Amino acid sequence: MSAAIDARNLVVGVLLAALALLPVYAHAAGDAFALSLFTRIVILALAATSLNLILGYGGMVSFGHAAYLGIGGYAVGILADSGIVSGFVQWPVALAVSAVAALAIGALSLRSRGVYFIMITLAFAQMLYYVASGLDQYGGDDGLTINSRSRFAGLIDLSDRTQFYYLCLALLLAAIALCWRLMNARFGMVIRGARANDRRMRAIGFPTFRYRLVCFVIAGTLCGLAGALLANHTDFVSPAVMFWTRSGDLIVMVVFGGMGSLFGPLMGAIAYLVLEEALSRVTEYWQIILGPMLLLIVLFARGGIDGLLGSLGRG
Amino acid sequence: MLLVLEQCLNGLQFGLLLFLLAAGLTLVFGIMDLVNLAHGSLYMMGAYFAATFCAFTGSFVLGAILALIATLLLGIVLELVALRPLYGRDHLDHVLGTFGLILFFNELVRLVWGPAGLTLPLPASLGTHVALLPGLAYPTYRLMIIAVSLVVAAFLYWLVMRTRLGMLIRAGASNREMVGALGIDIRLLYTLLFGLGAALAALAGLMQAPILTVQIGMGENILILAFVVIVIGGIGSIRGALFAAVFVGLVDTLGRAFLPDLLHLMLSATAAATIGRAVSSMLIYVLMAAVLALRPEGLFPVGSR
Repeated sequence: MSAAIDARNLVVGVLLAALALLPVYAHAAGDAFALSLFTRIVILALAATSLNLILGYGGMVSFGHAAYLGIGGYAVGILADSGIVSGFVQWPVALAVSAVAALAIGALSLRSRGVYFIMITLAFAQMLYYVASGLDQYGGDDGLTINSRSRFAGLIDLSDRTQFYYLCLALLLAAIALCWRLMNARFGMVIRGARANDRRMRAIGFPTFRYRLVCFVIAGTLCGLAGALLANHTDFVSPAVMFWTRSGDLIVMVVFGGMGSLFGPLMGAIAYLVLEEALSRVTEYWQIILGPMLLLIVLFARGGIDGLLGSLGRG
Repeated sequence: MLLVLEQCLNGLQFGLLLFLLAAGLTLVFGIMDLVNLAHGSLYMMGAYFAATFCAFTGSFVLGAILALIATLLLGIVLELVALRPLYGRDHLDHVLGTFGLILFFNELVRLVWGPAGLTLPLPASLGTHVALLPGLAYPTYRLMIIAVSLVVAAFLYWLVMRTRLGMLIRAGASNREMVGALGIDIRLLYTLLFGLGAALAALAGLMQAPILTVQIGMGENILILAFVVIVIGGIGSIRGALFAAVFVGLVDTLGRAFLPDLLHLMLSATAAATIGRAVSSMLIYVLMAAVLALRPEGLFPVGSR
């Protein structure tokens, strides 16, 4: 906190300014693709931010976080399909269903540790994927087209790309502010303490299971919100959004950006999705480059972008 | 009744295949403490190698043997190049690194063999049926899978429990520094063990290949089932993996075969078909949840470490 402007603050500041001004550029240059790409980036950054709560701060390696993207999306899609298009109904339902799912999955999987936790969250997410694939009346494997975006009684028009982008950005910043509030409160201290030494936290009298479960539910709910946004962005929801590689992508974003750092997931989401976009223009077989790159990053750049910026700042 | 018996055999066959995959995974995890998501990729590579070599040599058995050797070598190279630096790291690092390997292998296969799947035709001698009981003709090939898997399971038991190599493997699992201090090249042991796991995965892949198509991503769904098997059986336990794999195979196969019909007794035909399909695909995960709720360490936990 001593240096008011270090490399990290500078980058975050420039990044936020750029994100805020992006629609201006998109309109001036007529680049609708950039606006669409960055809407997607902001939405996935919200999902990654929610994952960072449990993965980065809490040390809970959930490999099933994309499940909530699907739950939020399907809540919006199924309600829209049955004629309920009001966002005031759709979104609370999306959040509530995500919270209930996270409560159930968390209550079972948080009893276990380490690799068990990874495998169990993965398995439950895959179960939900199969359930979504089996929803024949809602498109099954092929997914569900959403004919009308959520309506907010004239307050905001989601069909307008710029308004939708700013809504997503505002929600992302709100989520980051929530994380900051939570993690610097007593609650966050317990979560971080449980990550460092769970047994000691329990010995000094904190029921860490309950704290971790609440954290897991908050993360799932936030990700459900991202799912509702994503469904509105693509006007479509399919089981593919909850496939397990999506969960892997979210973990990659968090680690890319820097675990347990406030703006890390945002930076990670931008880096990962822009990289994906750039590589896919170079070659159709871009994952053949991305895969080994991930391995190298794991081996040599463990702290992510945030860690690199931090070491620059220390000089 | 014959139908139930036939489905039980199918379940047993599927379970034993799962065991081959889960055994490699649990050995590598239990002994090397490495979470290997790319195990499913080795399963896929085994199937692709087999399809290629069988077409090349014109012989199923010869192609299968070549595919096993190729995947064994691939596993050893993979261990030396990519995984060795990951030992002793956080499990999250393993997950991310091997996730990268999955992307790599899937894309490699798409580059080399193209996006369309391959088929591995069965030789005519194995495409026949055997009359097990009057009225119950069962495919010879599926019986062969059961037999081969059982032989491999027995071989693994013998290898781990009765040989010097197995003794070293078990010793390495409980205290790797001590084994190293006693003059054993533990790194070489790990490399061999990983190669063995790769060959087991390839065997499962190439035996499954004639029944299903050989396609990209074929290893991922079955990998997650193998995880379920390991969670139910207890991580690091081969015995647990065997019991849990057969259990999961039976529950999954019988659930898919009979649940819709059972539900039809109570519900309308369409509702029974839809719900039956959804519930039967969830069945093994519900099973896993139940095991976790009662025995978080799995049914056959390896002694506390």
